[in-house]
Amino acid sequence: MSNGNLNIDIHYVTRVEGHGNIVVNAKDGNVENVQWQGPEAPRYFEAMVIGQKWDMLHHITSRICGICSIGHTSASVKATENAMGLKLSDQSELLRRLAIHAENLQSHVLHVGYLVLPDLVGVGSVIPLATSHPNEVKTVIKLHRIANQMSDLVCGRTIHPQRIIPGGFSKVPTIDELKGLKDTLLSAAPDLTAVGNLLKALAPKLPNFTRETEYVSLTDKNEYALYDGLLGSSLGDTAPITEYETWTNEFCVPQSTAKYTKRKQDSLMVGALARFNINHAQLTPNAKKYAEEIGLVAPCYNTFMNTVAQFVECIYMVDDSVRIIDELLHRGIKEETVEVKPKAGRGIGVVDVPRGILIHDYTYDDDGVCTKANCIIPTNQNHNNIQRDMEALVPQIVNKPQAEVELLLEMLVRAYDPCISCSTHYLKVNFNNK
Amino acid sequence: MSKPKIAFFDFAGCEGDQLTVVNLEEALLDVLEHVEIVSFREAMKEHSDDYDIAFIEGSCTRVADEARLKDIRKNAKIVVAIGACATSGGINALKNIRPLETVRKEVYGENWKDYDTYRARGIGEVIDVDYKVYGCPMTQSEFVKVVKSLLTGTQPDIPNYPMCVDCKQAGNVCVFEKGQTCVGPITRAGCDACCVTEGATCWGCRGLVNDPNVDAHKEVLEKYNLSVDELTKRMATYFTNELPKG
Repeated sequence: MSNGNLNIDIHYVTRVEGHGNIVVNAKDGNVENVQWQGPEAPRYFEAMVIGQKWDMLHHITSRICGICSIGHTSASVKATENAMGLKLSDQSELLRRLAIHAENLQSHVLHVGYLVLPDLVGVGSVIPLATSHPNEVKTVIKLHRIANQMSDLVCGRTIHPQRIIPGGFSKVPTIDELKGLKDTLLSAAPDLTAVGNLLKALAPKLPNFTRETEYVSLTDKNEYALYDGLLGSSLGDTAPITEYETWTNEFCVPQSTAKYTKRKQDSLMVGALARFNINHAQLTPNAKKYAEEIGLVAPCYNTFMNTVAQFVECIYMVDDSVRIIDELLHRGIKEETVEVKPKAGRGIGVVDVPRGILIHDYTYDDDGVCTKANCIIPTNQNHNNIQRDMEALVPQIVNKPQAEVELLLEMLVRAYDPCISCSTHYLKVNFNNK
Repeated sequence: MSKPKIAFFDFAGCEGDQLTVVNLEEALLDVLEHVEIVSFREAMKEHSDDYDIAFIEGSCTRVADEARLKDIRKNAKIVVAIGACATSGGINALKNIRPLETVRKEVYGENWKDYDTYRARGIGEVIDVDYKVYGCPMTQSEFVKVVKSLLTGTQPDIPNYPMCVDCKQAGNVCVFEKGQTCVGPITRAGCDACCVTEGATCWGCRGLVNDPNVDAHKEVLEKYNLSVDELTKRMATYFTNELPKG
């Protein structure tokens, strides 16, 4: 029973990457304080790469995040390639897209199956589910393993990939390996359906909470943009990536020192729901069909549906991976030599990774030594939106029992699939805990 | 006999080592038959301070984290550092090679003093560590090997010879022959030279082998007419906290 009195201090939200706290105080139904805090230790990556040579940067910056290290490596090599005027072969373009699919699939399955599902079943983690729902858990594990096998095959490793280098790849999969991967992906169809059905059955447990906000993702006229594209907004406008600084607008707010981002509205959201809202028309028929069946319709302003949008993307990525593999099989695949002549310049690389738009921006001198770097992390773009969502949600649920409010707020944070450990320059928040 | 209680903790790092545990996939279910995980913030809501073995990922990068590390040490019978950031400071130690004030100002501008940080270090510089699982990230096989040793009360067999041994066994062409700089000759083996196998060089993420023959390594560079400056830079990537100062 609650009489509108809340005293919530969740020190480290669980089942998210990195450290985040939730603080809420309410008295007699009046909300006095709502705070989303990020106490992660800053790591200073932008300073670490100063003085490093062009062929080291992707290695160093992949370590920003273990979960999306393929995304960081891809954004990094794209920045270096743009700075040095390197053009990729068609084969490398295809393999880079396959690499991004592998990571997004791995990360989405992990989030949907291991991090969100326990909330919908009412347990604390996937561990008790292994006993209560062994078949479902084994199916989730199988999909996760397949995604990791795809990463290994395309990138050389799952975490901190080795084959992706400025200008292309240091090693490529063989025709037989690609054929095997295609068979594996096709054989995963029943597993995807099983997890999809489970999510459908549990989706009614996702809170019905809406707050209109601006969504931002990559967008491209030729494909459901993940590896490349223009910056696109749900408000309808687009811009080349070179204008990213006017889109991300990092700024400080008076009541804290946390960097927030906003563009045309109070806050913005990036990630799977943003991509779905902006680019849904370019999904494959299978993915569109599933979205329709589960009731995900653009524009969707319910943050909790981000998890559903991720699963829709899983279906899309399996379909599109098979298409890419077919194209590679049709073209044939060969080892390519990459030669780089370093030169001075600035390059920006962007990829839409599991949690949203990721940007690396490097400046090099004549010897290819980095003199300036900036990394814009998806979760940093979402922090302001998380705070605003909480401010909107808490008054709606203030009279619920505290444990229920805590769970709903944790579920809200988890819906973003935040990656706070990507804290290259996420500023610490100094709030006064009551 | 009750299962040993194990807990996972993370400090400054990318959480790639904990992901390596999750990536055991089906094999993780087998591990769970022998241990009880009582704390794993990245994967579970439950938390208990009653544990036997603590696995710690990430570096200590600020005074504030020392108390948390000491609490974990007090609670655990055995502390295992997992991954390069925890064993030696890992990639985080790259920030140590330049003046700290410069580094802080570059990232946070005029607000630099608001963000607490000091020299990035492995957790062994703050608390006693019983076992180290090297690598960035650690390999699944070495993690499982160490867990098995802990459960059976034996010492895990961790290589103390240079990566070149692994590389030869993997059948790789020496990258020096291709004119590339590699720190494999002074790096601890144990990962099957996975990066060289994938077309890269050895970056040194498993740290220095005990008593590394740095002079002989430099002779190799001279033989292949490669720059010592570049080698020094490469060594800074993972060895900053391990090499003698000066």
